[in-house]
Amino acid sequence: MAYPANYRYTKEHEWVNAKDGVATMGITDYAQHELGDVVFVELPEAGKKLETGKSFGTVESVKAVSEIFAPVSGEVLEANPALKDKPETINSDPHGAAWMVKIKLSNPAELEKLMDNAAYEAYIAAKGKEASA
Amino acid sequence: MRYLPKSPAERQEMLAAIGAKSIEELFESIPEKYRLRDALKLPGPFSEAEVIDYFKQRARENSLGYTSFLGAGVYQHLRSVITDTILLRGEFLTSYTPYQAEISQGTLQAIFEFQTLMCQLTGQEVANASMYDGSTATTEAVLMAERLTGRSRVLVARSVHPEYREVLRTYAKNSGLHVEEIGYTKNGTVDAAKIKNALKDDVAAVVVQSPNFFGVLETLPGIADAAHAAGALLVVAIAEGVSLGAVKPPEEADIVAMEAQSFGLPPSYGGPFAGVIASRDKFVRQMPGRLAGETTDTDGKRGFVLTLATREQHIRREKATSNICTNQALCALAATVHLTLLGKAGLREMAEQNVAKAKFALSELEKIPGVKRAFDGPFFNEFTLEFPRSVRIINGELLQEKIAGPLALGTAYPELTKHGLVCVTETTPRSEIERFAAAVRGILSKPL
Amino acid sequence: MEKMTDKIKKATRHTNQNEGLIFEKSSPGKRAFELPPLDVPKVDLAKALGAQHRRDGVEGFPEVSEIEVIRHFTRLSTWNFAIDLGMYPLGSCTMKYNPRVNEFVARLDGIATEHPYQSQELSQGCLKILQLLEKCLLEITGMDCITLQPAAGAQGELTGLLLIRAYLEKQGNARKKVLIPDSAHGTNPATAVIAGYEVQNIKSESHGQIDVDKLRDLVTEDVAALMITNPSTLGIFEERIPEIAEILHAKGALLYMDGANMNALTGVTRPGDLGVDVMHLNLHKTFSTPHGGGGPGAGPVAMKKFLEPFRPVPILVEREAGKLALEQVRPDSIGKVRAFGGNFGVLVRALAYILAYGPGVRQATEDAVLNANYIRKRLEGVYDLPYSLPSMHEVVFSDAKQKRNGVNTMDIAKRLIDYGFHPYTTAFPLIVPGALMIEPTESESKEECDLFIDAMTSIAQEAAATPELVKTAPHTTRVKRLDEVGAARRPVLRWKPASHSKAAD
Repeated sequence: MAYPANYRYTKEHEWVNAKDGVATMGITDYAQHELGDVVFVELPEAGKKLETGKSFGTVESVKAVSEIFAPVSGEVLEANPALKDKPETINSDPHGAAWMVKIKLSNPAELEKLMDNAAYEAYIAAKGKEASA
Repeated sequence: MRYLPKSPAERQEMLAAIGAKSIEELFESIPEKYRLRDALKLPGPFSEAEVIDYFKQRARENSLGYTSFLGAGVYQHLRSVITDTILLRGEFLTSYTPYQAEISQGTLQAIFEFQTLMCQLTGQEVANASMYDGSTATTEAVLMAERLTGRSRVLVARSVHPEYREVLRTYAKNSGLHVEEIGYTKNGTVDAAKIKNALKDDVAAVVVQSPNFFGVLETLPGIADAAHAAGALLVVAIAEGVSLGAVKPPEEADIVAMEAQSFGLPPSYGGPFAGVIASRDKFVRQMPGRLAGETTDTDGKRGFVLTLATREQHIRREKATSNICTNQALCALAATVHLTLLGKAGLREMAEQNVAKAKFALSELEKIPGVKRAFDGPFFNEFTLEFPRSVRIINGELLQEKIAGPLALGTAYPELTKHGLVCVTETTPRSEIERFAAAVRGILSKPL
Repeated sequence: MEKMTDKIKKATRHTNQNEGLIFEKSSPGKRAFELPPLDVPKVDLAKALGAQHRRDGVEGFPEVSEIEVIRHFTRLSTWNFAIDLGMYPLGSCTMKYNPRVNEFVARLDGIATEHPYQSQELSQGCLKILQLLEKCLLEITGMDCITLQPAAGAQGELTGLLLIRAYLEKQGNARKKVLIPDSAHGTNPATAVIAGYEVQNIKSESHGQIDVDKLRDLVTEDVAALMITNPSTLGIFEERIPEIAEILHAKGALLYMDGANMNALTGVTRPGDLGVDVMHLNLHKTFSTPHGGGGPGAGPVAMKKFLEPFRPVPILVEREAGKLALEQVRPDSIGKVRAFGGNFGVLVRALAYILAYGPGVRQATEDAVLNANYIRKRLEGVYDLPYSLPSMHEVVFSDAKQKRNGVNTMDIAKRLIDYGFHPYTTAFPLIVPGALMIEPTESESKEECDLFIDAMTSIAQEAAATPELVKTAPHTTRVKRLDEVGAARRPVLRWKPASHSKAAD
């Protein structure tokens, strides 16, 4: 799967799509692949304040639970309601329909610190080499 | 030794294959000074007959031949021999926790049936596969309410079993929970007005038991409404599950914590029993304990698996809903077999017999001068009597008549010094009830 | 599909009955049980209980006959694997033989029938059983006193940590942290949190042992205890445990031992001698009480004298003339972790097991360690052995070799089912990726061990030559691989009438 060029990415495999002070975020294709079949997602409610680097939710597969870390800080405007009934969307469309939260950015400059798609693809390629070494 | 399937020659063969000269070599990683030189000082070895004889002797030193009027959280009920027939099948008795679903479908389907029966009994939507007992189920229900509400105050009725409250206190001390006790009224039920006064927006749960420790049925709707209005959850503990054959289930409760001992488990001096937590579907992810779920295999055939395991310790570790691992599966199976045997009609009939026997016993005992019922709320198979003198002394005399008399309440309830809790079930013959009443009358007619 | 060679083939248990749920066989008016007639006046329930409390019978409860109950559960039982049928090489579970005489004595009239609140005069038999079991377990563990109250290992861990907390509180500072090795069983960190402590993980060193140097750095006055499993979950004896105890004690911290692996130590060494302050035992592991599909168990906690005042009540004491009693009040007690005294029926079974062996119980430990080492030696070239220190009663391999063909430990475990064995423990301990954790116990004969070795060897060959066969196992069970994902996404946790689906054929 391609990594959209206008998104930004974190080392913890989250993506951010920012526009006009609002950021949509989710987890990457790499992350969903590592997790396996997603069975449940726990997301914050509107109004919750997110802090960069802090956990704001969880993604569960049958055998594991992973925390999702905020790539940037801001206030939650909306959590994706579709993921409640169809958590499997994270596996099929992690960069699109499986967006997790939309937030109002509190510090847009934080976006600069994140990787672009080329850097992220290089990052996960290196990880892949590590794993099979 | 009969449990060890090795001949001396085979041990030698195996040592040779390993390349060790003696078994001691395999223990060399234990520093020598800590390796025992002598055998442990233990009794035995006993042949099978000697093991049996040891326990038969102990059995003779207990209460054989006595008639008991004790309840208080542990109940004597009819048990079919079929329960043991099933329990003693090696495939149930000696099987492991059903993590490998393909070869544990017997256990898993039985758990699914247990969960269903518990929902039907309690009027709740989902039930787990067992906690240790009623006391820890109640405690875990409170911890669950704490997680769900994010609050830390708990209101517990004093009419809840004293040992359940003690266990809750032990667990609460370390989880930041603040437990407050609410007294009871002259009916023997929890003081609902006091609950309403104590309910603020920091209360996670209100905990009541029904039938309560005094045997009295609590009136739940008002308490439930008050709790919910304050954003708190209602936890209802049930120690005598047979009551659910005749008594409306606590549908108002958010979480039910039930002891399943009454369903086919012998008293066994306090355990093993089986606790159950039953609740609403929306709370299931905060529920502790195992859950068996229905699914299909790759051929589309129906099967069952342990599910929602991400709540549990083996995955969530320090963030688990509970630390429970081994639970009480075989006891839950006993309850499943027992309730299936009883069925709809059998459980109702058993419950009706309990009510009838208890009512009869009360009427006989109230004929004795000086003996009266302490509380006037409706009761199932237990009631509290006030006596003109110490219950302990009366019980001491009753022992001479080979009767185990009512539980003296004075230790757990210092204000109830002359009160005793009487339990009568379908297993108590009328003649024994009459003999008990006559014995009490005789004891009380003697001067002090 | 592959044929299995005759010498490996074992009977499968699946007789393919399409037994549905008991509710699906239910029909109004059928009865399986009758009560003796009522010998007191009948009561009008609405009058007796009040209309607001009255119930008409449990909606949806099964209505079947006696033979249907017998057939239903008998059929269900045939779908299970069990120790009575064959080996469970599950690491750290100690799936040993459950002696049948234990079931007999636990059911005796006068044992099974006793009420925990009956007067102590009527309970001397029960109390003697408890006293003798206490004495035996103290002799085995080398500790000073014990509580038999906890209902399982996890509850024993909680009790142990609460004892530690109470003791430290009395010293003036309960402290904040509990150190837990990354190889620990999941109940350890879960329990520490319930006991109100913060978990600090300590990474194992290159041999899978506790990193003693790192421990020295981590033990501060903020640390209440280290929870150690010995032998470790790798089956390796923690040789430096006396030194570990000293490091902790020097800073006023305590050493808790998870006794799940006592099957390697009983009769050979005693945790009390090694410096352990408090530990739990799993009676349903080391002491043969049956697993029953997931319990009941019992998790007694043995401790050194200084923790005695904090023991859960009631406490068994001996009074004049040898009379035994239970004391309910102790000022410094941590309280109760469960109602009544404990899983008495389980305690009876454990005592019966100890009495059968007597001082010869060491032989069981020796056979357990012998079996594990035999299996290790024969499978050493076949599966990757990540830690090479000597194994005690269990051995941990990894799937590294088989992974090259895309076959992992789960697949191998599922294929082992086709050979008539229960799988070993997969994916644990966490420090070994792709772990195969094997504990045969002393209950396996040389013949069974050889069959297991042959099966594992055969599967390794299959993983190399025909990996798909292993990856899609099991092939011979009544149900194929079950959809755990669907079960978690849309949980169906009970039967419901009408709209409920029937069993597929």
